[in-house]
Amino acid sequence: MGGGLALLAPLAVLGRATLALLAGTGRLTLFVLQILRHALTPPWYLRELGQQLLHIGWLSLPVVGLTALFTGGALALQIYAGGSRFNAESVVPSIVAIGMTRELGPVLGGLMVAGRVAAAIAAEIGTMKVTEQIDALTTLSTNPIKYLAVPRVLAATLTLPVLVAVGDSIGIFGGFLVGTTRLGFDAATYLDNTADYLELWDVISGLIKGAAFGFIVAVMGCYHGMGSGRGARGVGRATTKAVVSASILILGANYLLTEVFFRA
Amino acid sequence: MIAITDLEKSFGPKAVLRGITLEVPKGESLVVIGGSGTGKSVLLKCILGLVRPDGGSITLNGQDVTGKGREAFLARFGMLFQGGALFDSLTVWQNVAFRLVRGPDRRPRAEARAIAVEKLARVGLGADVADLHPAELSGGMQKRVGLARAIAADPEVIFFDEPTTGLDPIMAGVINDLIREIVAEMGATTITITHDMSSVRAIADKVAMLHAGKIRWHGPVAEMDSAEDPYLRQFITGAPEGPIETLR
Repeated sequence: MGGGLALLAPLAVLGRATLALLAGTGRLTLFVLQILRHALTPPWYLRELGQQLLHIGWLSLPVVGLTALFTGGALALQIYAGGSRFNAESVVPSIVAIGMTRELGPVLGGLMVAGRVAAAIAAEIGTMKVTEQIDALTTLSTNPIKYLAVPRVLAATLTLPVLVAVGDSIGIFGGFLVGTTRLGFDAATYLDNTADYLELWDVISGLIKGAAFGFIVAVMGCYHGMGSGRGARGVGRATTKAVVSASILILGANYLLTEVFFRA
Repeated sequence: MIAITDLEKSFGPKAVLRGITLEVPKGESLVVIGGSGTGKSVLLKCILGLVRPDGGSITLNGQDVTGKGREAFLARFGMLFQGGALFDSLTVWQNVAFRLVRGPDRRPRAEARAIAVEKLARVGLGADVADLHPAELSGGMQKRVGLARAIAADPEVIFFDEPTTGLDPIMAGVINDLIREIVAEMGATTITITHDMSSVRAIADKVAMLHAGKIRWHGPVAEMDSAEDPYLRQFITGAPEGPIETLR
């Protein structure tokens, strides 16, 4: 009898974990549906949206730009070193451009914004929760999801494609700098190679990814912030969960979108 | 009139509210007292709709406030939170005028600011604090701003959650007097939650003592000191010995 129960214990653990995962997925889905519903129905808080566009978009430019610059440069060095093994050094400009626009621009931009913005959103909203500011919003006839989550999610979804576009350009420029100053490329040839092989869809697919990653970053920040536990520890845990879950979801969504966009 | 009937709420196996019935007539100030963990905050959150009760009803002037009537109830409602709950990202006047610049009855910002400055003056704060942020204010000033926000839209119903917590006795007395004066001026119906007996004496028309999820004693504040209920007596005197179990 006792042995039978012991055999069932791992199943019970698995069952509890599965139920917890399903419950969490359900809560997150309902949260996203609420955000979408409130985004489509008035009132709209345009002043708050403007502030979030500034905080999320404009203030993320330095970190995204620097990341793209160094990544573009390193990518040029790597492709040159790898390409030289089979006399294909000339592919550096095109691979840097395609790699930045399709993958590295959106993914690294998304991850950097996840670190900066998801953490900030979760910490701010979590602190608002533990200091009763979210309850105060409700008593002031203001829906917290409409006032706090919708402007942040809209702002991140709208600004991340712009950040990705800027990051793509800076990354390609980083590759150009390294290519022309360290690897001996002629500037005009480098630019011609970049333009010849880069297609519009390479850029657009990256921008669509950026919008999806922006949505993920803000949703995870708001979701974990609003679910924050009590005290500094609760807010800290919410912040960590927001960054980790946003990062994992970005990587997973990136694979799925790549499958959809570029399936052979 | 606020009418609470047979209100019940449990969290898991723990029954926090076990059939609360209370009536607060229009213009009356009810103070709810009771030890920590007796369900005072849960009672308030149930009335506000922040916590869904398991049973019972809550009505304002006969209209249920837990369902579709909640929005209408909140539109006529103001609240002073224990910690102020001021919005850090907004200035003082924007906090006070929060409801005035949003929602169906929104007003132009200049008009809302003028009303906010007027309400700040009513709670003893000058116009010079209007453009400060809450973090730049002392605890007492934050309470005053919270009070100004609670009364900004001239509500019919006001809740005060531990209005004097964290204040020195003199500032607590000032806040109590302000609450009493403002409530009398406005003719608002109020419910206050507090441990502070000086607040009870300053603010209350009637007192309800909550213990173990039930109303233990309910009556006019003038009769509180002569009441013979041993639980109430222990709470008023603060005696460690008595029917209310305490941890040492």
